[in-house]
Amino acid sequence: MVRVDPASRRLLRARDTMDRRYAEQLDIPALARAALTSEAHFIRTFKQTFGETPHRYLQRRRLERAMALLRETDRPVTEICLDVGFTSLGTFSRTFSRVLGMSPTAYRAAWRAGAGTAGYVPTCVVMAWTRPRQVREVSSFGEAQGLPQP
Amino acid sequence: MFNALTHTFIYVLDQDEALDFYVGKLGLELKTDADLESFRWVTVAAPGRPDSELVLATPEMGHDEETAREIRALVAKGGGSGVIFSTDDCRGTYEELVAKGIEFTQEPTEHFYGIDCGLRDPFGNPLRFTQPAPQPLSVPSADQSTASNAP
Repeated sequence: MVRVDPASRRLLRARDTMDRRYAEQLDIPALARAALTSEAHFIRTFKQTFGETPHRYLQRRRLERAMALLRETDRPVTEICLDVGFTSLGTFSRTFSRVLGMSPTAYRAAWRAGAGTAGYVPTCVVMAWTRPRQVREVSSFGEAQGLPQP
Repeated sequence: MFNALTHTFIYVLDQDEALDFYVGKLGLELKTDADLESFRWVTVAAPGRPDSELVLATPEMGHDEETAREIRALVAKGGGSGVIFSTDDCRGTYEELVAKGIEFTQEPTEHFYGIDCGLRDPFGNPLRFTQPAPQPLSVPSADQSTASNAP
């Protein structure tokens, strides 16, 4: 029996940790230690395995949770921002608008104007399948960009 | 016309380790373990529910080595099949399995359709246990405030 590379399983465990503890101030070095790798190696292999950096994955997870709370509760945007792990309302609003194409408030209003409900679909499925999609070519997450090449 | 779902396949990377997990820890019952020379047919079922079997298949079954390698890599990074089991007591099941050292990806969480929790098998396949809410379900509409506090 050929066993799979255990490194992928460890990376998946780190990704599960982000899914579970997105609201905390997770740091990449701690996740890298849990995956038994250096920080640089962790970021590189995570991106090779899942197609995006751990930072971006965590951002998408937080946005997905924020979208759900905007849809399903009347809580203020500021509270939702903090509850899903952002520490700055400005960063949250900018990131949300870049990825979703509208502000959190506009998203909530658009949903309530007629998008309806997902009905009887297990919440775990809704969480996974309504997450903002990865953007491979163009960064939409406001990450630091490299200087233009001459 | 067909009338029942009898076999669901899930890729496992080691059938002995899979049996230890699904039977030894989760408590499913071994239904079949047959060595058919070119492959080993292993199925398990929920206690008392032998009509619906989970087939613990290996990526090598019916596939060339390159395809099997790709399937193994997909399972290890979470791209495998998901299975949802029902339970009468989600929180009790969770506590019992945590005591056995099972690592969960999500604690028991209340939803309009019931209480459920999530975990992975040793290979990376996602599993869930759902305790259905009493019928009839009250399906939330868009203008209702129904989000649970849990993830």
